[in-house]
Amino acid sequence: MNSGKERLINGIVKENPTFVLMLGMCPTLAVTTSAMNGLGMGLTTTVVLALSNVFIAILRNIIPDKVRIPAFIVIIASFVTMLELLLEGFMPSLYDALGIYIPLIVVNCIILGRAEAYASKNPAIPSFFDGLGMGLGFSFALTCIGAVRELLGAGDVFGFHLMPTADHPWMIGGNEVAFFTPASIFVLAPGAFFVLACLVAIQNKIKMDGEKKGKDMSKIGSGCSDDCLNCGETGCSGRKFYDPEGSDGPVGKASGNSEDKKKISEDKQDGKSESQNENTEAKQGEIEETKETKKEEGKDE
Amino acid sequence: MSDLILIAIGSALVSNVVLSQFLGLCPFLGVSKKVETAAGMGTAVIFVITLSSFVCSVIYKYILTPLDITYLQTIVFILLIAALVQFVEMFLKKYMPPLYESLGVYLPLITTNCAVLGVALTNVQKSYGILESVVNGFATAFGFTISIIILAGIREKMEYNDIPAPFKGMPIVLVTAGLMAIAFCGFSGLL
Repeated sequence: MNSGKERLINGIVKENPTFVLMLGMCPTLAVTTSAMNGLGMGLTTTVVLALSNVFIAILRNIIPDKVRIPAFIVIIASFVTMLELLLEGFMPSLYDALGIYIPLIVVNCIILGRAEAYASKNPAIPSFFDGLGMGLGFSFALTCIGAVRELLGAGDVFGFHLMPTADHPWMIGGNEVAFFTPASIFVLAPGAFFVLACLVAIQNKIKMDGEKKGKDMSKIGSGCSDDCLNCGETGCSGRKFYDPEGSDGPVGKASGNSEDKKKISEDKQDGKSESQNENTEAKQGEIEETKETKKEEGKDE
Repeated sequence: MSDLILIAIGSALVSNVVLSQFLGLCPFLGVSKKVETAAGMGTAVIFVITLSSFVCSVIYKYILTPLDITYLQTIVFILLIAALVQFVEMFLKKYMPPLYESLGVYLPLITTNCAVLGVALTNVQKSYGILESVVNGFATAFGFTISIIILAGIREKMEYNDIPAPFKGMPIVLVTAGLMAIAFCGFSGLL
């Protein structure tokens, strides 16, 4: 069941980190000014993800449970540093284009999320394919978003002139045709927000339609649209280093109260299936509920 | 002095940390439902980023550079930030309970904020000194606070608007953020 192929398809299609799980939004928005940058960022992340997954899977029985998040971070940060030096040496143009976002791969929630959710529980080889699949899914998503932004903002894709702009008009029957005016706002910061907004809206639409037909759509994440303070999503669980209840020492959130967490996610799903269409109001109430349960269980402990 | 003012305006408004650099998006979108919580988050971010940019630049200047191990900066910074946040939380709990009451819940969330690491790395990349780093850190965090409070204000007003169903929740917030980003583009002529 855990064959390499199955993990690859899972990462690229079924649980695509960007389109389905909505993880790692900061780099998604920041580096997708062109398809090439998106692809470069995606592949860099893929390498880090696959290697760190393998390493964490090998060390999973050695790392003590209580300090596992800091340990994962050190492993991930080491790979990121190695890759940063390699890129600086061998691909300086990509290194310049991605800039500060290369070291920031360390805090990408996809990597820590996969380490926590998969690699810390499975052997090395499936973990490798899991990382590879997730990474390729991420690369695919970034390339698509980058291509859309580049096409609308500059009329190019991967630097090829696809649209008839004033600089590169089409020649039709001896006439110059240049009806396309690039909307450079799509390459600038605001465009990233608009493109992502449309993406999430399309995803919401798919989810709603699916739920109307009675399919199970609970896997599709809603992004970090909820209150981080009361968030029960497991996707970015690893990113909380310490128990928010303020217990002593670095207790990973997931280990400290995994039961509590399961309960919350169950609550959440119940809430979701009851009211898909007025989800804003419903979520508000549901969040308050989860907050209360969290507090109570914290006290019990 | 004028250098410092330029750095401050540059990182607070012109290249705003969320709206033009896309750092710290999660809390920006996640904790901006109410102006009150947004302000709390903003204060905590200012506190942590200023402190961490000071600590990181001190460590970089007096430990990493003399030992010639500056390539370890990413690892060292991320661990420093995690430890610092934990330490600040313990310190506040023990000695300043009222401040802990108001900021406490936000502190664990901040470790997850890529803006903190981003600022520490920018300081190194632009080879700022210690004073410049602190000013840059404070200004960046201030810019974050301004934008999260504005967004929270707009979201409170938007609560009862009629929004097409697929755009409810996150997408409309992103559109709002995009419009804010256009507004902040106007600052780019400032420097």
